Amino acid sequence: MPKNERRRFLQLSGIVALAGCSQQPGAKTDEEKLPSALGKPIRAYGERSQFETAKRAVPDLKRPQIGSTRTPLAETEGIITPSSLHFERHHAGVPDLDPAKHTLLLHGLVERPLVFTVADLKRLPSASHIYFVECAGNSGGEWKAPGGPNVAASFGLASCSEWTGVPLKILLEEAGLRPAGKWLVAEGADACKMSRSLPIEKALEDCLVAYAQNGEAIRPEQGYPLRLVVPGYEGNVNVKWLRQIKIVDQPNQTKDETSKYTDLLADGTARQFTFVMDAKSVITYPSGGQKLAGPGFQEIRGLAWSGRGVIEKVEVSTDGGKTWTKAALQEPRLPKAFTRFRLPWKWDGTETEITARAVDSAGYTQPSREELTEARGANSQYHYNGVKMWKIGADGSVKNA
Amino acid sequence: MRSLLVVFVFGVCAFGQKYNVGKAASADEIKATDQFMAPDGTGLPAGKGTAADGRDIYSRRCARCHGAQGQGDEEGPLVGGKGSLKTAKPLKTVGSFWPYATTIYDYVHRAMPFDNPGLLDANQTYSVVALILHMNGIIGEKDEMNAQTLPKVKMPNRDGFVKDNRPDTGKKKK
Ligand code: HEC
Repeated sequence: MPKNERRRFLQLSGIVALAGCSQQPGAKTDEEKLPSALGKPIRAYGERSQFETAKRAVPDLKRPQIGSTRTPLAETEGIITPSSLHFERHHAGVPDLDPAKHTLLLHGLVERPLVFTVADLKRLPSASHIYFVECAGNSGGEWKAPGGPNVAASFGLASCSEWTGVPLKILLEEAGLRPAGKWLVAEGADACKMSRSLPIEKALEDCLVAYAQNGEAIRPEQGYPLRLVVPGYEGNVNVKWLRQIKIVDQPNQTKDETSKYTDLLADGTARQFTFVMDAKSVITYPSGGQKLAGPGFQEIRGLAWSGRGVIEKVEVSTDGGKTWTKAALQEPRLPKAFTRFRLPWKWDGTETEITARAVDSAGYTQPSREELTEARGANSQYHYNGVKMWKIGADGSVKNA
Repeated sequence: MRSLLVVFVFGVCAFGQKYNVGKAASADEIKATDQFMAPDGTGLPAGKGTAADGRDIYSRRCARCHGAQGQGDEEGPLVGGKGSLKTAKPLKTVGSFWPYATTIYDYVHRAMPFDNPGLLDANQTYSVVALILHMNGIIGEKDEMNAQTLPKVKMPNRDGFVKDNRPDTGKKKK
């Protein structure tokens, strides 16, 4: 049937149908009634569905090069953070580095100072591990008052990725570490040349010079083309845009290991080189800002991690801390990585408070805020790992308790 | 020259290298990249300056963000906070908190001024470092800062840092 005629026929039959069977106007054409209209064509690099909205909230800063965005942990599943949602913390913006020109210099107390191109590093034996990276300042706002309204705001400076790179130990062996070399100082290629000192034992234990994250090149915000990955240690020492490692006999006492990233105690002294991130957990569902549809079945979900090993146990309380139940832990449980926990729960529709606490393989139990402030005061700013309580209202709304 | 030769020979023979990947770094390459300054003074460059010398460059290049007297403006202060570390509102500044004077040189040289790092030469850097120390009452206006004198400056909070003695929590179970 020619096109015009066909349309007229359809219009007519529409009218007939309308008159006969009271079908609504704007009825579907035959084509539209087909179960599968053709979709979008193939494409070279994937994007998420237009209906998905999870994002890192970008604060309004006068200098957007110095600041952070947070992972919306309540909108991620499993243990891997999508690279696009990995939290950011920059001190001088994100440099745009050409991997064909970028190099890593390894020198100082070594027999053979060496320069590696990115291609050189990719030729060496590689390793892949899943590790969390957590900013030492994560949850820092909770020291003064447990005020974070949602998971991102209070716990979002933590993310977990599979990192691939060359073990730093291999590079140190290639260069020939001298016995006097007790520390290293790593430097980034960002505008502030971020630099941090690390004990050599850690470098030999499990550090990676990483070039890949979650199966593809590290994102620019995460250090493209090279970043140091220091498992279980505070985020800032995982130096991004890594361009130099110098082996030294003493820590360099850089600004970010003296003025910043030191933990002020109640007596006015400050702990220095507090590298390890202690065990921590947070319930991501139900959590602040969400709303329960109604009473009945809920799967309580959350994340736990520890810089000292694997998560052995997560206990959940749905009555404000009076009684505790062991949550199921997603396997495999990996050291220094996120561990997903889950607990089926029947909400009876009354107001209550829910919380979780983690225990790690070092036998450490995540403390309460009171326990932390009793030990350190409230001025530490960094390394807050207290439990987080969410309050569920009778209307199903979830708020910071 | 001798160390250069040694580096060269090792590089070529790859003596002791298992994979022979990467190339020997030349002394020039290292010099161009290594800008670390250690608390014992290692790495501090030649040059000198006093607080008086630093006033001009400070007012042109630093005051906009840190205030004419270092009291803070668009950005945080570089002075003040003495005696505040135990209070509910601790103010951590170079004067009240920083343990080493060499860190000021290292940091200003590598990262300041924020929007043009690397702009200051060695004399200018020693001068603003001297000025920051002077504004905090740590050195005199005419005290010269150089590679020898800067590491000897005793910072007020030099003994204010302790080692990581965690776990200090996590034992109790309520
Ligand atoms: C455009 C604004 C700007 C200018 C100009 C500027 N700074 Fe800064 N300065 C900053 C910012 C932002 C920081 C914080 C950086 C960070 O947190 O990593 C900072 C930090 C510092 C610190 C560390 C303070 C602390 O207690 O941790 C020192 C010291 C410093 N600046 C010195 C200087 C000097 C000296 C100059 C002039 C040569 C200068 N700054 C010019 C913005 C500026």
